[in-house]
Amino acid sequence: MPRLSPEIDHLLRRAGFGASAADADQFRATSADALVSHFVDYEGRPDDVDARIGRPDHARISLDDAFSPDTDIDDARQRWLFRMIHTRRPLQEKMAMFWHNHFATAYRKIAAAAGELQAAKMMAYTPGQARPLRGPQGQIELFRQQALDRFSDLLVQVAQDPAMLIWLDGRSNVKSRPQENWGREVMELFTLGVDFYTESDVRAASRAFTGWNLRRSQGFRDDDPQSYYEFFYDAEQHDTDAKTFSFPVAPGGSHTIPARGPSSGLQDGLDVLMALATHPETARRLARKFWGFFVCETRDPDPAFVESTASVYLRNGTAIRPVIRHILTSSWFTDAAVRHTRYSWPAEFVARAIREVGWQNFELGDVLTPLASMGMPLFEPPNVGGWETGPAWYSTATMLARTNFAATLAASQREFLAVSLGADGGTRDALLGAMLDRVTTAPLDRAPREALQAYLQAAGSWTGSPSQLGTRAAGLARLLVGASEYQLV
Amino acid sequence: MKVSRRLFIRDGVATVTLGLAAPSFLGAIARAQGAHGRHLVVVYLGGGNDALNTLVPYQDQAYYDRRPTIAVPAGQVLQVGTDAGGHALGLHPGLGGLRNVFNEGRLALVQRTGYADSSRSHFEAAEIWNTADPTLSIGPGWLGRYLDTLPRPLDALTAWNTASETPRALYAERSGVPAIPNVATYAYASPNRGSAAREERTAVEAMVANPAPDRPHLAFVNGTSRGALETLDRVATVRSYAPTVGYPNTGFARSLQTVAGAIAGGVGTKVFWVVTGGYDTHSQQGAGDGTYGALMGTLGDGLWAFYQDVRNQGLAADTSVVVFSEFGRRISENGSRGTDHGAAGLMMVLGGGVRGGLYGSAASLTPGHPTLENDSGDVRYEVDFRSVYARLLDQWLGVDSTSILHGDYRSGAPAIF
Repeated sequence: MPRLSPEIDHLLRRAGFGASAADADQFRATSADALVSHFVDYEGRPDDVDARIGRPDHARISLDDAFSPDTDIDDARQRWLFRMIHTRRPLQEKMAMFWHNHFATAYRKIAAAAGELQAAKMMAYTPGQARPLRGPQGQIELFRQQALDRFSDLLVQVAQDPAMLIWLDGRSNVKSRPQENWGREVMELFTLGVDFYTESDVRAASRAFTGWNLRRSQGFRDDDPQSYYEFFYDAEQHDTDAKTFSFPVAPGGSHTIPARGPSSGLQDGLDVLMALATHPETARRLARKFWGFFVCETRDPDPAFVESTASVYLRNGTAIRPVIRHILTSSWFTDAAVRHTRYSWPAEFVARAIREVGWQNFELGDVLTPLASMGMPLFEPPNVGGWETGPAWYSTATMLARTNFAATLAASQREFLAVSLGADGGTRDALLGAMLDRVTTAPLDRAPREALQAYLQAAGSWTGSPSQLGTRAAGLARLLVGASEYQLV
Repeated sequence: MKVSRRLFIRDGVATVTLGLAAPSFLGAIARAQGAHGRHLVVVYLGGGNDALNTLVPYQDQAYYDRRPTIAVPAGQVLQVGTDAGGHALGLHPGLGGLRNVFNEGRLALVQRTGYADSSRSHFEAAEIWNTADPTLSIGPGWLGRYLDTLPRPLDALTAWNTASETPRALYAERSGVPAIPNVATYAYASPNRGSAAREERTAVEAMVANPAPDRPHLAFVNGTSRGALETLDRVATVRSYAPTVGYPNTGFARSLQTVAGAIAGGVGTKVFWVVTGGYDTHSQQGAGDGTYGALMGTLGDGLWAFYQDVRNQGLAADTSVVVFSEFGRRISENGSRGTDHGAAGLMMVLGGGVRGGLYGSAASLTPGHPTLENDSGDVRYEVDFRSVYARLLDQWLGVDSTSILHGDYRSGAPAIF
């Protein structure tokens, strides 16, 4: 079965997690434009992936006891991986990953402050289950639901997100001694970037968010799944004096937020967030991040790309959906020269490898430790700046973790590969061709291609028996998924 | 304007490729040279260490006035005497192990280290400390530039990063640094056994040998894989290391035990990089105990175990440890009983060849005092951190610091060696 066209493959890698065999069949006759719409306008398709957990033709969840993805962080990790592999809305999961890195929040600090159950709930609770819990949705669900909506709305929800209020200490930001963690990082990392605010802005922003605190539900117990934390504007702790910034912050272009009474002081923070979300430097900064995430990591962002993308963002009231559509249909994205110019993130790498090699009886619990060794434990970014992406994903240790995961996956799919390849295993060349169709690498130069052929030659006389086929197909899967050419997407 | 983190990582790419794959026969050379070589262990306290609670000015009333709930009580500090400015100082009570080293005369405490116009951004500040250049937080790091000065071919284990991500300090133009966080899992796996596994490894070696000269990013990943294959066998020898003391059960101590194993095993590594995090104490940091107390316990107990371990094996005189963080913290506590991002910090250097003691002079924490900055919110630096680097390079590693640091920072350097 011939592979998909290069531009379709490119889209599937960048906007999704690569193509499973079923995707390859589904999208073979699809045009690139139609596929962009398929990805971007995903809301017409049901978000039914969680309901498919447990089906025998899907990847498996590892269980010690009851599966509790809303209140146990390892189960939440497995659920997210399951979603990446089996979702009908790949761009939604991809963007959830983007926002998880952009608004990087780590479980460990939440768990230390609020206990493991509450922390897992704050990170990952998904409402709409058969037996819903009380309390706000988890942070990753916020990123999923708002993935392509207005950034200004997302920013407000992030500012009021319980996990974020613990992570950056907003819960204890009070008027007597404002604390700066959120006030600084919201400008440095979430919006403007380090060159576009002053130390005085940090102090003013920190004061604007005084009183943006948390409270517990009635009768709160940290081991009770029905208990929860929620955002709470504490008017008594709000600094009511005027706050002056180095950039326009109030409606009308004023740099000063006027003194406001405690009861209307919530507006201070909303004003700051709106000013930050609609600031041209925020637009450019997001555009540069999208360049690296969707387009290319081997060249600096094209200034024309940055300006045009920033302009789409600002013209659409900070809505992200038109921005992503603009990017995926732009000549920057469709340029054949940008294919395989991104370094795959570990979670993308894992999800794509499983989708391409196979998931028969594969347990997603077996991914968690390798993913951490690759440098990307889900829900545990190293700090508020998120993961260092691009070539920084690759060190000797993380590369070994990738190749060793390739070995684990390949070993687990030995029999599946032997059966599903079937007639394609009749000759060495047919086997190599079938595996290269399935596991898609950046173009292989002659030397690595010859190394793969030599590996098959070394098998001796070729019988194509299930045993020989299983061994060599698994070996090829390990070689291809572990190849440097596979890391570039 | 400084370049964003995301952009400037790229300049390390084409270059890091070149140095990684040293031929394996170099192991023997490295061992022959390394057994008597000097080692520098660089410890990064991630998040911005609250230097005023590490080395406490326990007779400065302003310290207590400005930190009503997080000041370390004078009665709890581990006194280390008086600095040149007449300030009485004491270590945090969690640093008992380090006080032992101090009492042996092998711990140097260099106060108020930093640079002018200190960055309060974690990321920018970390890059500045790593490049040793406050104006240009891009390009190779100071340790990478040191590696680049060493004779070629460079052994693949000349530097050893115990974290899985490579810090900018170790970025080099022609030297690669392996990341080896865990010697137990630093191994090669195959889905097959026997001849099929051997043939697969042969194929791997052939595939990653592709120099791909016109595809630098592919060449970079290939170089990383070659670096892993080159170092696997020698790293495996460290797995059986039996330390002479018990190490605490922390990730930091496990990293230091690995370092001790590599030193004792004569692997030949000159520079080790170790990270311990959690220092971004914006809230509920505690005073003598609590969050910060736990951080100090992890730091002090880990370093004390390491120091004893190398000393017991007669290797202390070959080993120096330098401890730094990207900035100090605000003098006044915030309303969350924590501290926000500040300026000057504390560097610590310990080892058998170190001239211990108190260097520099503490700030006076009374608002308006000239040792403060940022509306008296922060401690102003006194010792340029590059002068400490210069001393480490010139006196410990035995190279010319001026070319590596792009300037002469020897004057005013604390005489720690």
